[in-house]
Amino acid sequence: MSDNIEIDPGAARESGLVTTDSFDNLERMSSSLDEIKSTNAISQSEESNDNANIEQLDESTNYVKDSTEENEIEVSREWTSKSKHIFVLSQAGKPIYSRYGNEDKLAWLFGVMQTLVSFVQSSDDTIKSIHAGDTHFVFLIKKPLILVAVHKTQESEQQIVTQLNYVFNQITSILTLTRLKKIYEQRQNYDLRRLLTGVERLIDHLLDFSEKDPSFFLGAVQCLPLTSSVRDSISSAIIAACNKIKNLVFAILLANNKLITLVRMKKYCLHPADLHLIFNLVQASESLKNSESWTPLCLPKFDASGFLYGHVSYLAEDCQACLLLLTVDRDVFFTLSEAKQRIVERLRRGNSLEAINEALVSSDANWNGAGFPELRHYIYKSKSTAQFYQPPIGPPYSLRPRRLIDVYKRSHQRLHSSTRPLKLAFERSASEAVLAWDTRGFELYATFEPLTSTAAIIASVGKLLDWVKKREDKLFCLNAPTF
Amino acid sequence: MKIITGKVVVLGYQGVGKTSTIIRYIENTFPQQTTPTIGASFFNCKIDIDDNIKVTLQIWDTAGQERFKAMTPMFYRNANAALLVFDITSTNSFDSMKGWVQELKRNVEEPMVLFVVGNKIDLPEQREVSRTEAMQYSKSIGASYYECSAMTDQGVGVIFEKLALELVKLSGEAVNHTLKVYNDSELMAKSTELPPTDTANEEIVNLSLNDSIAYGNPVPAGCCFN
Repeated sequence: MSDNIEIDPGAARESGLVTTDSFDNLERMSSSLDEIKSTNAISQSEESNDNANIEQLDESTNYVKDSTEENEIEVSREWTSKSKHIFVLSQAGKPIYSRYGNEDKLAWLFGVMQTLVSFVQSSDDTIKSIHAGDTHFVFLIKKPLILVAVHKTQESEQQIVTQLNYVFNQITSILTLTRLKKIYEQRQNYDLRRLLTGVERLIDHLLDFSEKDPSFFLGAVQCLPLTSSVRDSISSAIIAACNKIKNLVFAILLANNKLITLVRMKKYCLHPADLHLIFNLVQASESLKNSESWTPLCLPKFDASGFLYGHVSYLAEDCQACLLLLTVDRDVFFTLSEAKQRIVERLRRGNSLEAINEALVSSDANWNGAGFPELRHYIYKSKSTAQFYQPPIGPPYSLRPRRLIDVYKRSHQRLHSSTRPLKLAFERSASEAVLAWDTRGFELYATFEPLTSTAAIIASVGKLLDWVKKREDKLFCLNAPTF
Repeated sequence: MKIITGKVVVLGYQGVGKTSTIIRYIENTFPQQTTPTIGASFFNCKIDIDDNIKVTLQIWDTAGQERFKAMTPMFYRNANAALLVFDITSTNSFDSMKGWVQELKRNVEEPMVLFVVGNKIDLPEQREVSRTEAMQYSKSIGASYYECSAMTDQGVGVIFEKLALELVKLSGEAVNHTLKVYNDSELMAKSTELPPTDTANEEIVNLSLNDSIAYGNPVPAGCCFN
């Protein structure tokens, strides 16, 4: 890849994000927390507190809604017509989450799912999926939970499994994997919903988000376009305010689901899947806008065993970018709160707040003026930085952007099929012509008018790459600043 | 001029309206759709008692969900006051609030001002916890009892104003308290220099009966743990 690095648009030698294959099964977890804690001794006065409460878990079960008619079958036509159902249950078959409908009333269905899983398990095997006509049942067994998708979409099994993994990671991010396992070791038929009140909303949001945003299947993050000098001055404002603070692991500034900058502790990178959970949390939590928050957060790819603590706040009334300062130290809220004030002052002095606001508004800039009359839309992913760029979705997809995303998902699946991966896929239908191209350094997905000639498409792709290359400083975070 | 900075922790079951009450007081708005607090939120709020005394409330608004219970001690540790909020339409939330009182009694030694707050009085027909019951309980723990509606802005302001006054009082009497008192924002004032706050007794909260307010108690007002 070394040769390509200078050539491929958006490529960089160093990245603050972990680069992965798109179908990373999210299995690998690291244990970065212990490492950080042991190198920087911190006040661990209440370190054990996270577990202290587990013993009390079983005392009061009165919160649990006790459904008297648990066998009541609630299957309406509307419910059955949903294109994708997602269910989460415990190994014992206790309902935890259902995307649609009330889990309590669906207890019978969870029972069936658990039976299927354990029936196959009894012959030392694992159930992966069942296909019945156009309905697909996909199972993911992540101890101590079982996740099931029932769908009628065109997505591949791999893509569905990725989505289920995200749901599992979302739950882990709330409780930590250690605690999740401990709970079920202590009591197999524990009702996890008690600890997940309010989390259904996060999972609902995550599922919708992952279905309409390409970052999930790409395993990459989109940046807010900013000139590199502005982005650098934002990063250095953060570094100047934070470099004396021990145990600060990541400082993340984001707006409108786009990354502005990521400053990190040396040696540690953030996985895009973790960053997606952060985006989801910020977007789904209006309450964060009210004030400064102090939020425990487990990033499963970074370390699934423990919490980071996040100082979360919006920069200012007049700049709706959200800043997260993540540390392993649970007692430093006020230190970080002061650091945030210093960051905002610096950004204000350097006119960066205005620059961010401008970028947020003008991201709808008319890129079509660049001379690609037949190109409707494209996604460019730089592999070495795990970042991608796409222009805003315009006509004819403005009203149904999901349709375009589904087109890309299908192309993506062609390139990354586990049985027969492709380097180049071209598909022409009545509604569009789509080119998908996977190289060592980048992936490109481009949608053209359906009648564009192949020669014209090849010519525009070459021009498009030049165009992205020219603007790479602006479209991507090419630096990976550290504290 | 004296500036008193007091730390306030807000505790209570999920969905009782802790955040909404604070937002109602600070911004005078009521968000129709709220998302649950994650972890805890921090608010700063300045209240002028008179020309000579200003109180800054540093408010920790905690999350009501059970999974955050383990992190709550870091917010009530060193707090000078606690607002214990419940929903008058839910006995469950009242019981949960009592649980917080137990936990505070077990873990906090410093004197602390306690206010019990029954929220959602805009729903009288759904009331499950009677005013008398809540008042008796508050009295038994040496707390003041208030009722309010964050939605209609009934009785919210007075809670925070009374709380500020109680903190002024606390700064005048306790010996080993952690309240920060600044004289002209420079030096620690001798707490005995604080003028008595007579005004406190004149205001009668329209929604809570007079005897529920702990001012007149022989026990050091509002402080229950010594």
